[in-house]
Amino acid sequence: MDNNIIRLENLTKTYHVGETEVRALRGVSNIIPTGDFVAIMGASGSGKSTLMNIIGCLDKPTSGRYFLDEEDISTLSRDALAGIRNKKIGFVFQAFNLLPRTSALENVELPLIYANVSHKERLARARASLEAVGLKGRESHKTNQLSGGEQQRVAIARALLNNPRLILADEPTGNLDSKTSDEIMNVFERLNHEDGISIVMVTHEPDIGARARRRIHMKDGLIVRED
Amino acid sequence: MNVFRILRVSLRALSRNKMRTFLTCLGIIIGVAAVIAMVSIGSGARAAVESQFASMGTNLMFVSGNWRMMGGARTQSGQFNRLTVDDAKAIAELPSVEAISPSVTTRAQLIYGNKNWNTMVQGVGEDYPLVRKWDIAAGSFFDESMVRGGAKVCVIGADIQKNLFEEGEDPVGKTIRVSRVPFLVLGVFKSKGESGGFGSRDDFVCVPYTTALNRLSHDDHINSIDVSAVSAEKTKDAQAEITDLLRVRHRIPEDGTDDFVVRNMAEIAEGAAEATGILTVLLGSIASISLLVGGIGIMNIMLVSVTERIREIGIRMSIGARQRDILLQFLAEAIVLSLLGGILGIVLGIGVSKLLKYITVFSSITTLVSWSSVLLAFAFSGSVGIFFGFYPARKASRLDPIEALRYE
Repeated sequence: MDNNIIRLENLTKTYHVGETEVRALRGVSNIIPTGDFVAIMGASGSGKSTLMNIIGCLDKPTSGRYFLDEEDISTLSRDALAGIRNKKIGFVFQAFNLLPRTSALENVELPLIYANVSHKERLARARASLEAVGLKGRESHKTNQLSGGEQQRVAIARALLNNPRLILADEPTGNLDSKTSDEIMNVFERLNHEDGISIVMVTHEPDIGARARRRIHMKDGLIVRED
Repeated sequence: MNVFRILRVSLRALSRNKMRTFLTCLGIIIGVAAVIAMVSIGSGARAAVESQFASMGTNLMFVSGNWRMMGGARTQSGQFNRLTVDDAKAIAELPSVEAISPSVTTRAQLIYGNKNWNTMVQGVGEDYPLVRKWDIAAGSFFDESMVRGGAKVCVIGADIQKNLFEEGEDPVGKTIRVSRVPFLVLGVFKSKGESGGFGSRDDFVCVPYTTALNRLSHDDHINSIDVSAVSAEKTKDAQAEITDLLRVRHRIPEDGTDDFVVRNMAEIAEGAAEATGILTVLLGSIASISLLVGGIGIMNIMLVSVTERIREIGIRMSIGARQRDILLQFLAEAIVLSLLGGILGIVLGIGVSKLLKYITVFSSITTLVSWSSVLLAFAFSGSVGIFFGFYPARKASRLDPIEALRYE
């Protein structure tokens, strides 16, 4: 078994917007070893979000191959991809993407509903996950009663619930002030160092990117630089 | 996802917007309640008609005059008839016939003391109570000698007692005037009550047919003959015997048309039951239209709900919901909505049917809630949910996760 969580081979993605063809990715190859913490950086329109969607199994590449955990998933069906998202990937979004008017606990347990886990176990694991991100005692708060930082922690707790191999964070600090951003980054670093979870994060903020182990810079659908 | 999990998810979603959930249900509630109430009115009418005919006896037959050719024109059936008292007496001798009662019908003004009342006067034979299975509540019926002698005696219906006599006054032995002719009241019929929307059956007076012919109608032909067969099974035989007899007596040629009609109670009851059955179907189908409208309401709200929750759908997809999971979630919401409406509608519909008789305008309507209509309405509302919920649910499940997540 290889130690690469992600292997990208010459990925391209072309969108058709009306008559015009948008080549969002123009041949991206990269290897991300298990346990890595990578920041994908670049201006808007550089293709980083498209790459993120493909890595997150939300989208399929036009050509090229994508191996997640050594499994070729460029050919899988929509429902199979849903299964992969559920079991192997945890998402953290810029806009938190929690269900409104729903308690923190119910938001966190959501992935387990689709993984056919019993009600009792769901609740126990969701509580444990909330505790791990420092939200013990806030379980029954509705999402709109929580601050931005707390909402992002709920989202992280949800991402962690199924013990994923990979966390994908799309501008996770984009909607947060610098102090809260720092706290959220601390959570990510701890997950990476202590639990060995691989993290891929999209950001355009240099100081946030600096917290990752490695940075991939993108421009016009290609990787232009790594450091 | 198993059924309970799907149900839990959709109940949670529905409880987030209770007012809308209730208003959406309302369409189905009204639809189901209307179906049940309307069908109960129809079944009630049918049951009333059936019990009315059953109380008259199933071995009862009526012989009446048919239409006749008058110089190429047909007369109104029964208007020009040649049924005579002798015909009736001959029918009484037939083997399958138990008893007969000639019938002469006219209307007359009754007067007793300072009260008067307009009613139907029936000239009948002494076997009338036996033929019509109609018992006497007080006093007695007139006998064969009174009929032969054309006695001025009468037996009154329960309504006549109520309208001509004071409460507690015994009519038996009193003299009333029927079209100015004094008649001695011999007895009072037992009440049979309403006849399923056709007025009271107790509003009439019986006198001997001989008296009716001589003093009231001044005619020598009788309107019809009531015949009872020896048993319900013998009705067909009796019908055939009467037809043969009357054709001979009226000298109708082999290829000629009968100038009389013999109808049995079973046929008449069937016709009436068919009419009320049509009424039930009609009322039920009108009510089903409101159920259909309720279903369209559900589809409308579900479409709004899907659009409103595109982001939620995106979130659910991103964390691993398959297309089927989303489809089932929204379908379950629609089914829960319609079944909830169905249950509340059943309660409301039964309530309305039971309370209808306390509202004065509808007090004469009898209702009968049949379990089959309840079951049907419930099943129908469930299928409405599936049918109208499927399109919005499919729309939700086919959303692109990336676009759904970005949707503002």
